Amino acid sequence: MKYVDEFRNARLVHKLAARIKAINPGHNLNIMEVCGTHTQNFCRFGLAKLLPKNIRLISGPGCPVCVSPQGYIDTAIELAKNKDLLIVTFGDMLAVPGSCSSLEKERAKLGNVRVVYSPLDALSIARANPGKKIVFLAVGFETTAPAIALSILEAKKEKLKNIFFLLSLKLIPAAMRYLLLDKRIRIDGFLCPGHVAAVMGTKEYAFVPKKYKIPCCVAGFEPVDILESIYMILEQLALGKAGVANQYTRVVTATGNLKAQGIIRRVFRTADSEWRGLGIIAQSGLELKNEFSDFDASRIFPAASPRVKIKAAGQCRCSDVLKGLILPLGCPLFAKKCQPEHPLGPCMVSGEGACNAYYKFRQQV
Amino acid sequence: MCLGIPMRVVKINGDFAQVESARLLRNVNIQMLPGIKTGDYLLVHAGFAIQKVDPERARETLRIVDEIR
Repeated sequence: MKYVDEFRNARLVHKLAARIKAINPGHNLNIMEVCGTHTQNFCRFGLAKLLPKNIRLISGPGCPVCVSPQGYIDTAIELAKNKDLLIVTFGDMLAVPGSCSSLEKERAKLGNVRVVYSPLDALSIARANPGKKIVFLAVGFETTAPAIALSILEAKKEKLKNIFFLLSLKLIPAAMRYLLLDKRIRIDGFLCPGHVAAVMGTKEYAFVPKKYKIPCCVAGFEPVDILESIYMILEQLALGKAGVANQYTRVVTATGNLKAQGIIRRVFRTADSEWRGLGIIAQSGLELKNEFSDFDASRIFPAASPRVKIKAAGQCRCSDVLKGLILPLGCPLFAKKCQPEHPLGPCMVSGEGACNAYYKFRQQV
Repeated sequence: MCLGIPMRVVKINGDFAQVESARLLRNVNIQMLPGIKTGDYLLVHAGFAIQKVDPERARETLRIVDEIR
């Protein structure tokens, strides 16, 4: 595949690995990525084995399903118990354990949970089922936000009255700022998410080197991309400089996709938002502007009340995994009670979750 | 979610384009990307094209990595 195979070239990968070894400062370094696909590909391609032992890639809060708070999951599950509703979701959400159930279990009872690839599919379902109310679980970061926004604009244009969006849209820089303020977490460099930056531009990360003197590199997703980005961070550390490097120049610019940003601003405003493990972070999420409030599922349907947590999940350390405080292997449930077939926390469910990636590719890590 | 497989534009049809990768054809929304042409490679996320791949920059990245000694 064009633009994929070239960036998986083994000769270039080994060249970069040798270069990283040559520039390795020798002391322990934590490089954090804040995108689940970086975690996934880092594990999938066995890149840990190519890095010197003192350079660790740690996962941050880069999996949208994982960072959606328990209350959000429970609300979605409660809605799935209502036979007049159809819940439409990305596949990753299905097996996420709620306090007492999961969307997958509710689907088996009433059959009213559908998995789609695009929010536009939710509009098609709404058109085809005028007698039902459709609730789309709009989970994602800045990459997904314009897709949700355009779908809402289309629903408004078509005057669809039976579609609602339960939002859990979050902004990555706000979470990075939160992590930088937590003194327990040592971060020596950030791999910034390539596709969030494709929409928002590299400029969004300028505060990290400016205020915290920590180097960043916006990274693509193939092995050559990830290793070159790690090299670009090490290079900054070696020179004693901190800036925002851009490795993913074939897709990312300083300003990003201005049209997509305009679409986000047209439909949403920023608001405080709750993240699993991180709590409520000021101005870290998106909510609908008043003129679109008819589409706001949280306004139309009540939130689920908090329930008693399932027992085993008490030991679940997803919160610490999301903050980069521990690697998945540091959780007592990992690969024992908690596996992709019977997950106890969201990081084991989603294809972008760190625990899922470490489990699937555990021979490589 | 952030599948990074660029897809080639086969046909443009208003707000949508037919794109192809590894013989898989899909219809994607192109409202976020004005001015795309047949033959361009697009990054697609949740049914929407979010960016165009710059072929010149892709070649440059590979050249720089190859020249590393």
